[in-house]
Amino acid sequence: MTAAVARRSDLRFRIGLNLRSIVGRAYPRVIGANREPSWIFFEAVLPLLSIAAYVYIYRAIALNQVAANPVDAPRILANMNALVASVVLGGAMVAFWLNVLWSMASQLYWEKEIGNLQLYMMAPMNRMALLGGMAVGGMFMTSVRAVSTLVAGVVVFGVVFQVANPLMLLAVFFVTLIALYGLGMFFASLYLLWGREAWNLSALMEEPIFFSSGFYFPLGGLYQSGGWGSVVAVLGSIIPAGLGLDALRQLTLGETAFGGKFWVLSAPVELEILVVLAVGFLILARYALAYLETLAKREGKLTSRHQ
Amino acid sequence: MPYAVETRDLTRVFAGKKKHWWRKPKPNEEESRGPVTALDGVSLQIREGELFGLLGPNGAGKTTLIKILATLLLPTSGKAFVAGNDVTKDPFPIRQRINMVSGGETSGYGLLTTRENIWMFSQFYGVPSKVSKARIDELMHAFGLWDKRDAKVRLISSGQRQKMNMIRGFVTEPDILFLDEPTLGLDVNAARTIREYVMNWVRGQSGKTVLLTTHYMAEADEMCDRIAIIDKGKILACDTPENLKRMIHTQTTFRLEVDPLQDTSTFQRMDGVVNFSLRDDASKNRTELTFILENEAPVAEILSAITAQGAKVHALRKTEPTLEDVFISMVGRGFE
Ligand SMILES: Nc1ncnc2c1ncn2[C@@H]1O[C@H](COP(=O)(O)OP(=O)(O)OP(=O)(O)O)[C@@H](O)[C@H]1O
Ligand SMILES: [Mg+2]
Repeated sequence: MTAAVARRSDLRFRIGLNLRSIVGRAYPRVIGANREPSWIFFEAVLPLLSIAAYVYIYRAIALNQVAANPVDAPRILANMNALVASVVLGGAMVAFWLNVLWSMASQLYWEKEIGNLQLYMMAPMNRMALLGGMAVGGMFMTSVRAVSTLVAGVVVFGVVFQVANPLMLLAVFFVTLIALYGLGMFFASLYLLWGREAWNLSALMEEPIFFSSGFYFPLGGLYQSGGWGSVVAVLGSIIPAGLGLDALRQLTLGETAFGGKFWVLSAPVELEILVVLAVGFLILARYALAYLETLAKREGKLTSRHQ
Repeated sequence: MPYAVETRDLTRVFAGKKKHWWRKPKPNEEESRGPVTALDGVSLQIREGELFGLLGPNGAGKTTLIKILATLLLPTSGKAFVAGNDVTKDPFPIRQRINMVSGGETSGYGLLTTRENIWMFSQFYGVPSKVSKARIDELMHAFGLWDKRDAKVRLISSGQRQKMNMIRGFVTEPDILFLDEPTLGLDVNAARTIREYVMNWVRGQSGKTVLLTTHYMAEADEMCDRIAIIDKGKILACDTPENLKRMIHTQTTFRLEVDPLQDTSTFQRMDGVVNFSLRDDASKNRTELTFILENEAPVAEILSAITAQGAKVHALRKTEPTLEDVFISMVGRGFE
């Protein structure tokens, strides 16, 4: 005969519980997704097509300019190489934005539909561990994809990067990811109440953000365009990918690329803003989820009707 | 000692659908629009160690009650305590001690194997991986799922899936387990495996409590120590299956198959015989007698009266009133 097990609730237990929860929730993303080899086609090869479209346009423009002004050829070609590198970098980062939209933001809604959400909410783990696990798994899985796109891009389009400050580069990359996934965690909570409309919202946010965050061109150009262009660019920078990409481009192409004219801010300043965004989104996510969980429990929306 | 589960005047009202000016109502939507009282002043006490059943028709409020106890839904009014903790104010210690499995659940991820899925859910309770894996292997043997341990979840049958869900419920070693129609749609063998495991789990160790909902009368009757009959959010009765059946039938029913009798008038005069009926079965040359008795005392006298006439008794059967009868008499209609 075993009596009811005494349950621990000290800090050490809670830390262990939540670390295990993060690992548990990240697991299906890390392992499960790579069990379908088709991802290589959809997520590493397909992005190359969008990249290629921009690359050929930029090349065509540059070659026209060279034909018209042969004396300036070295500057024009350097510019073109920087543009192509920007596009490859942006195309690789697109994977993260898509992952945040489709596998973070809409995730809780989807989990509710298949009946996982109620099991997650019933468990003693912290809710941030649930979101954190989703984010960690998503970051890992998507990094694999982004790197394959990057490598493919470098090989296919012959891009050359020059990294002077690898530590800074890593810092910007990781802070950008945390900010991006923090935003995804925040959206995930919001979507919980919006339900199916959320899918439409994700679809709506996909393309405009590609533009306003400068995935396929240096964002600074849009900033300086004046009028509505600047407004769109400022709004696009709230999506952490905008500033993150700008900083990543400065750190991989050199500050002097494009004659140093197309950058939004300097990389260190952008890193500082990204840190603020990351912390801000995480705090927002934490409170939004707590609030919306209570609301959902009150309205009976934590579980879908047929369960 | 606190009750494993206690509710006081628990009420849950679901707001009706909001009217939106941009949405045209669908033809038969009118009725579903108003607020629904899913639970209406429910007061229950479930003791530690009990296997407690909730029996009620569709929409009675069974799932709603379980969701409130599992800290997934807030009461509109009234109180609910699980292991002595208020579900509204103190969910953490409750969540550590409970688990819930529903019939027809589609939880988990199709790309993971059954074992990986169960392991994943155990992590949310902080079960160390090694402990979790050992328990999973043991439970997989017990539920007959061992040969599907490495099968991807989207490739297994719904019965196997339900067994996996049950293992998910047991792997965290809860003190209180909520089972919402756990044998829904299962074949006889799978259902029996699950029923027997649950009964052994509660009765083979101390401190374990199960709250079970079911549509199957026989299942509730076989498994439960006590049963609450619920309809339209109200508890109509709550007692042991035996007492519930006794509530409607204070009499017992016996059926006999005998050789044809000359004289049946003596039965009516016997003490304790409420009524009897007889039917001749010409093909077998036998008579079927049905006695309604106040208690079992007159049975001996009846038998000797029959044998005194030189007739033989071929069969004697005591038939009990079923839970179904209880249910029909209380709710005024049967199931489904
Ligand atoms: N989230 C919800 N929003 C609105 N109404 C709900 C919700 N959940 C349940 N209800 C309503 O509450 C009532 C009780 O539902 P519940 O699911 O508790 O019944 P049940 O006894 O479990 O039925 P079943 O045997 O069919 O599973 C029903 O009328 C149902 O329509
Ligand atoms: Mg139900």
